[in-house]
Amino acid sequence: MKIYVPLDSAAVALGADDVAAAITAQGANVTLIRNGSRGMVWLEPLVEVEIDGIRHGFGPMETGDVAGLFGDLAAHPKALGPVDELPWMKGQTRLTFARVGVIDPLSINDYRAHGGLTGLQRALTLSKPEIVQETTDSGLRGRGGAGFPTGIKWKTVSEAEADQKYIVCNADEGDSATFADRMLMEGDPFTLIEGMVIAGLATGATKGYVYLRSEYPIAIRVMNDAVKIARAEGLLGASVLGSEHAFDMEIRVGAGAYVCGEETSLLNSLEGKRGVVRAKPPLPALEGFMGKPTVVNNVISLATIPVIFEKGAAYYRDFGLGRSRGTIPLQIAGNVKYGGLYEIAFGLSLGQIVDEIAGGTATGRPVKAVQVGGPLGAYFPRALFDTPFGYEEFAGKEGLIGHAGLTIFDDRQDMLKMARFAMEFCAIESCGKCTPCRIGAVRGVETVDRIAAGDPDAIPLLTDLCDTMKAGSLCALGGFTPYPVMSALTHFPDDFATAKEAAE
Amino acid sequence: MTATPAFGDTEASTLSQILDAHRTFEGALLPILHAVQEAFGFVPQDALPIIAKHQNISRAEAHGVMTFYHDFRQNPAGRTVLKICRAEACQAMGADALADHARAALGVDWHETTPDGAITLEPVFCLGLCACGPAAMVDGKLVGRADVAKLDAIIAGAKA
Repeated sequence: MKIYVPLDSAAVALGADDVAAAITAQGANVTLIRNGSRGMVWLEPLVEVEIDGIRHGFGPMETGDVAGLFGDLAAHPKALGPVDELPWMKGQTRLTFARVGVIDPLSINDYRAHGGLTGLQRALTLSKPEIVQETTDSGLRGRGGAGFPTGIKWKTVSEAEADQKYIVCNADEGDSATFADRMLMEGDPFTLIEGMVIAGLATGATKGYVYLRSEYPIAIRVMNDAVKIARAEGLLGASVLGSEHAFDMEIRVGAGAYVCGEETSLLNSLEGKRGVVRAKPPLPALEGFMGKPTVVNNVISLATIPVIFEKGAAYYRDFGLGRSRGTIPLQIAGNVKYGGLYEIAFGLSLGQIVDEIAGGTATGRPVKAVQVGGPLGAYFPRALFDTPFGYEEFAGKEGLIGHAGLTIFDDRQDMLKMARFAMEFCAIESCGKCTPCRIGAVRGVETVDRIAAGDPDAIPLLTDLCDTMKAGSLCALGGFTPYPVMSALTHFPDDFATAKEAAE
Repeated sequence: MTATPAFGDTEASTLSQILDAHRTFEGALLPILHAVQEAFGFVPQDALPIIAKHQNISRAEAHGVMTFYHDFRQNPAGRTVLKICRAEACQAMGADALADHARAALGVDWHETTPDGAITLEPVFCLGLCACGPAAMVDGKLVGRADVAKLDAIIAGAKA
């Protein structure tokens, strides 16, 4: 009897380890596989039992439900039927996440059996410019949030002259509502490794680093194990899969600084310095880690490379909307009925995502706002729910898609409080290098407090301060904090007006 | 506040082993600080000049790096470290009220340790458990859908 219990952090946080222990205790003829998560967090821990080659789901499982797995499965109270037939799974286009939740994350044979390494084998037959061109043709843009075309970044590094180049994976996924990087690293680590190796082939870089945040202990463990296995299997090392190309990599752990998700601050941190933002230019592509040409890409960007090389750039590019090509792993979070990860082509409207896929709030109350793109993303009211999910489309509504995290709030949320929190967070996490962010965020908290206390003059002051932060900050922390603040003020004026009117 | 233990020969020898193990690392300082904190539970101030010398940087630079990051402690933590997520997705599920309850129940504010040395309370900004918030972490163990009952059980367990 083959039983799958996720090792994913969300499943573990909801009791998966206890369920796994209870299954093992039942003993008899059980092959227990700790897989990644399928992304249906409301069903976690989601246990799967393979019956005649089909995986049947049971969830959310508690230890008390385990005994029933060894009786009449059809009568099990938590039975969900075949997992692949669940509407959440059927509605998706899983390219980057095709293997996550399906395979044993640390079995390279399982990885190969599900298409793994096919992309790398193809890349090994191509020249550097051909690999770069294929990446450019796929239309892939940086999934970390900035949306910069991946192929163009690679081209710059590829054409730079240097004795050493680096591939740095940004796995400092600090934005609230985002967990795609974590799920990918926990559920299919070899995909990220394969993507980094291909990036190395494209640019001539022979050394890679994954800068992984310390808040993700399970991802750190899985990635470290996967790197060891990849070395033993010849995927990493002096001769990648027997070729003349060398590539090796290490996992480095962050230390709790949000700003290190910004690429130049990440590079400083990786070099053993304070995670202070660097002014650009020079671009990291020319002077990055240790002053050498460096590709800095997000986990999802790199983990999408293998499928692009497996299926071809045109296959990937044909999904999507406008200049947002391919698929995007939506991470639906907060006060949500069906929360989790949903990979789909760009182009769904925000309303479809929130009302149809996510099913509204967990509390059953009306949705008041959705923050899209993490702590630096704008709050969207229902009036903007027709906005299609794409980089330019969200930018056109004074927002951003960022790393594609969505936090849903119900009608009890006080948006003035959220605006204050955005400023407070910026003040706590500012690296301190530029004044608009370091000082502006502190003044921002004070100004929101003045509004809350009923001072109507503080509203134009806050708007002015946000303009300064937006235009004058060195990086996205200070530069984008105005998005949540101004969107809260613009779209939810009642939450700012009550205090003002009370004072008048 | 828990007393800071002395930095004697045993500690110096442990530190020297850590430094040796990181000799070939590019950008070794963060891995070293993590290893030091893993070994001692905090980063002893006496270790900083030794680390600085090894890395060929000034003591001020080493101090500057250590204090930049939220993870590194200058003093030992309580026997249990309770981290509660304060980020937006958890707030949408009532993390603020949960945090208020924790602070009241423990009688400490963020970054403080209970007088009996049992629990240190820390804020954390995102554990990646945003679809099952509020989230918490107890000595590295993840807790999803945290509520007052779960929190009280954690506190009672740590105090026992």
